[in-house]
Amino acid sequence: MDMINSGDTAWVLVSSALVMLMTPGLAFFYGGMVRRKNILGVLMQCFTILALLSIQWVLFGYSLSFGPGNAFIGGLSWAGLNGVGLEPYADYSATIPHQAFMIFQAMFAIITPALIIGAFAERMKFSAFIVFSLLWATFVYAPICHMVWAVGGWVRGMGALDFAGGTVVHINAGIAALVMALVLGPRVGYANKPTPLHNIPFTVLGAALLWFGWFGFNAGSALAANGLAANAFVTTNTAAAAAGLSWAFLEWKFSGKPTMFGMVTGAVAGLVAITPAAGFVNVIAAIIIGLLVSVFCFFMVGIIKPKLGYDDSLDAFGVHGIGGAWGAIATGLFCTKAVNSAGADGFFYGNPAQVMIQLKAVAITVIYSLIVTFIIAKVVDLVMGLRASNEEEIMGLDLTQHHERAYTILD
Amino acid sequence: MKLITAIIQPHRLEEVKKALYEAYVNLITVSEVLGHGRQKGVDEFYRGSKETGNLLRKIRLDIAVNEDFVDRTIKAIIKGARTGKIGDGKIFVLDLPRCIRIRTGDEGSTAIG
Repeated sequence: MDMINSGDTAWVLVSSALVMLMTPGLAFFYGGMVRRKNILGVLMQCFTILALLSIQWVLFGYSLSFGPGNAFIGGLSWAGLNGVGLEPYADYSATIPHQAFMIFQAMFAIITPALIIGAFAERMKFSAFIVFSLLWATFVYAPICHMVWAVGGWVRGMGALDFAGGTVVHINAGIAALVMALVLGPRVGYANKPTPLHNIPFTVLGAALLWFGWFGFNAGSALAANGLAANAFVTTNTAAAAAGLSWAFLEWKFSGKPTMFGMVTGAVAGLVAITPAAGFVNVIAAIIIGLLVSVFCFFMVGIIKPKLGYDDSLDAFGVHGIGGAWGAIATGLFCTKAVNSAGADGFFYGNPAQVMIQLKAVAITVIYSLIVTFIIAKVVDLVMGLRASNEEEIMGLDLTQHHERAYTILD
Repeated sequence: MKLITAIIQPHRLEEVKKALYEAYVNLITVSEVLGHGRQKGVDEFYRGSKETGNLLRKIRLDIAVNEDFVDRTIKAIIKGARTGKIGDGKIFVLDLPRCIRIRTGDEGSTAIG
């Protein structure tokens, strides 16, 4: 008989609220980066995903992701939360109500498609965005979530370690972002040019909310108020700090001065990278993971992307895709049973095979997300058109998609 | 001496600046203004109530030039700002009786360039 533990339940519910706040936090993080005529477009897209996927998740998203099914996707037996009650469900949450686990997972399902917004910001038609996001959550997020996290899932069965969603959330969204940037094409007039950020303080506010919410994301993924949660909390904070400093110093060395925007970009990259590792590595590994993720992302965003010429407007791929991939590999390098006996020993603890398992999990996520995102994007494009018209894009999405504007000049 | 004032679309500013630099016109003042011509502004909605005829964002350029620079400045602005659609803006050319450089106290043509 499973007993509900009140401490665990309280922590997971608080964590769910923390992760919920990440999506509006992301909205401000991205919103500050776009031009002033598009900020409401970004905030609206993030808020729409928050509302839309909250409904999708309880109706059928949770069932497809975690419900009983095959190795690739869950069935519909838990649709409408049928059978997902207030008692613990031993396979996922032995000490908390099943619905607490469900709502915690809902927040992950919400922020993942919201991350992709960074790739198509400033040019996607709002109606097409809604259809795309709903299809993506159903046909990309749910299967990958099931394969990696659900009991009986294909990737989970391989022994791949992903503590809080490095593959399911960050690599998955990062690859989808790359696909969307390529399918949509560059913004009018902004191919290969840095975007003029309209409000860096908003971006800093968003990054701060993301860092705060990430404690729920990673430490909450322990699903209990225990030592493992504390470990994940400490590694998360440490990696974000190391990565923020690392990015700022890279800028200081290569472009003259450290910038506010660079520091918060680094901190977010550090949070991404530590996500799969948070509950498997110690604090020294967290520092190394944080210091190095900024190196990889800095060169991807600053040097490689301009040469390739795709327009990932706000670097959703450059930060989440690359940072997520490094995190997944780093988990295989640094994981140790001394931190988490349910985990595994990694490369530096005498088990190089773990790195190969991690790479395989990354490869599966990349290939699946790449193919299915591409199909969804093409279908939506054929049926209704993905992009706003050139005139709408020039006038800005705030006025053309929503008939309102964020700032007045007079008054 | 003339004062050239142009009202252009915000998103054409970069192109206009480029065209002006190519024409060796380097001294400009840029301000953000609101207005509309035949476009008649835009409709906006706030909690269901409609506001019609809202003014559009425009960019205003003020450029003081000597007579021999007037035509090339006008050409450069048109080159950078024209899209062929309603809303491309206007150029006004005004006589400029005096111009003084604050730093040196220079007056007239030498103060402009």
